[in-house]
Amino acid sequence: MNSVSINSASIVASGFFANGPVDTALIIGTVVAVVSATVGTFTVMRGQSFAGHSLSDIGTAGGAAAPLIPVPSIYGFVAVNVVAAALMDLLGVRSPRARDVATGIVLGGALGLAALFLYEDTTTTSDSGTVVTVLFGSIFALQSSLIPVVAAFSVAALAITLMLYRPLLLSSISTDLATAKGVRVRLVAIAYLLALALAVSLSALTIGAILSTVLLIGPAAIALRLTKRTGHALLLASGTGIAAVALGVLLAYDSVGWTSNGQGWPVSFFIVALLFGTYVVTLLVTRRQPHRNA
Amino acid sequence: MFAGFMVNAWEAATIVAGVAGVVGFFTVARGAAFAAHALPNGAFAGAAGAGLIGVNALIGLGVFSAAGALTIAGLAQRARRDVATAMTIVMMLALGALFLSQTTEYAPAIFSLLFGEVLGVNGNQIVPTAAIAAVCVVLVAVLFRPLLLSSVLPDVAQARGVSNARMELAFLLLVALTTTMAVPVVGSLLIFSLLIAPAATARCFTNKPLNALLLSVSLALATVWAAIAISFQTNWPIGFFVGTIGALGYATGRLWVRYAR
Repeated sequence: MNSVSINSASIVASGFFANGPVDTALIIGTVVAVVSATVGTFTVMRGQSFAGHSLSDIGTAGGAAAPLIPVPSIYGFVAVNVVAAALMDLLGVRSPRARDVATGIVLGGALGLAALFLYEDTTTTSDSGTVVTVLFGSIFALQSSLIPVVAAFSVAALAITLMLYRPLLLSSISTDLATAKGVRVRLVAIAYLLALALAVSLSALTIGAILSTVLLIGPAAIALRLTKRTGHALLLASGTGIAAVALGVLLAYDSVGWTSNGQGWPVSFFIVALLFGTYVVTLLVTRRQPHRNA
Repeated sequence: MFAGFMVNAWEAATIVAGVAGVVGFFTVARGAAFAAHALPNGAFAGAAGAGLIGVNALIGLGVFSAAGALTIAGLAQRARRDVATAMTIVMMLALGALFLSQTTEYAPAIFSLLFGEVLGVNGNQIVPTAAIAAVCVVLVAVLFRPLLLSSVLPDVAQARGVSNARMELAFLLLVALTTTMAVPVVGSLLIFSLLIAPAATARCFTNKPLNALLLSVSLALATVWAAIAISFQTNWPIGFFVGTIGALGYATGRLWVRYAR
């Protein structure tokens, strides 16, 4: 499991690669970064960032319900997200604004359920730490036994996206053109939302809701500013995502010695700050372009 | 249910719901549900940061939600609005994660910021809540016509000399104010439901702006009152009832549009 070969630079603190949690974090982080960047490129193109972010919060309802049934929380996450994605599609087909409201309604309802399940969790298991874990996740607390499950869901999400590549691209650029060319736009939209639900469940559960959203949107948004070719954007986004995860994990590992209290800074902070900073810089250096507003 | 300690809860929730009904009307008209989710959710970072440096949580919430509103508006000048909002909310949440990692804040404190504790509202929270609510209502009253025009017909607004960019900023700052007022009382998840569901339901039943606004406020009040009452009886969290009633209301609205209208 620990056989990733990375040619390390010498700025890496000692013990970095000999550290079990760090290895697991890097492996899972890389897998999630690639899946998120690939699915996320289409999320950004289709103007579905809100849905992409919402699913990471909505999944917490499933994650919170799972211990009550009881089943492993990943199944709760996936089940709730797939249902939520279907509902969003069903409620919001008319227009972008209707889609925005539909996503909001589904999110609001799911958060209500999450409040109930978390309440039941804390009263029945007296474990309020669940809330924080579900909401923020921790890339360093991953169990390496999760890797096969993570890999299976990743392959499914990637396979759906890549199988749909051409019709998805066409219908993301122009619904009318896609319809004229015989693409079943509605079916493509539903299949894509399924891939999004899988990708987000996977990332939210392993690395937390914050990182799930930033790895879905950040690298893709940066890449789409820098290149017009979708193939290039996919590669650039994946590379950006991997680089941000690796650098973030490294900085978090190093940060333990920064403050006198010995509390390290959270890895999610570094990854988000790196991607946010890069995004702002790309906005400033690339020419202002008229975007279709979703 | 109306015992002494409950009076504060009823008052605070009524104020919050009234403002949410008004601001929610514009949120739904502008298709800005993502911003209405992002600001309350991200602003909790401000409360965590305020705890870290020892100032009033209300100041932290206000500073963070206003900064969030400015960031969304600034980034959206150059990029798509939904992407700008997504990047802003994750940055705010990441700062929150950083602040929390540096405090010894106890998990239930976070839980209450997210899900609120209406029943724990105390008397001296009512005055600031009411004051901020009054500012929100005055702002809406002053900006009503241009804000409505730029929400519903942005092209016409531009032709009439209304700056859509300025209205967007004003709207986001309005959501930021609502956030600052509501998060300490009802929590960030509940205020989001109150901003979206009643207004979206109202629009299913009427096309006239003023009627929709009034219906939105009435539905928000009814939702909150019912949620408090049922929560008091069952001991289940208020957030669950607000979320469920909101979603059921919207489902009813959609069915009405489909079959009766």
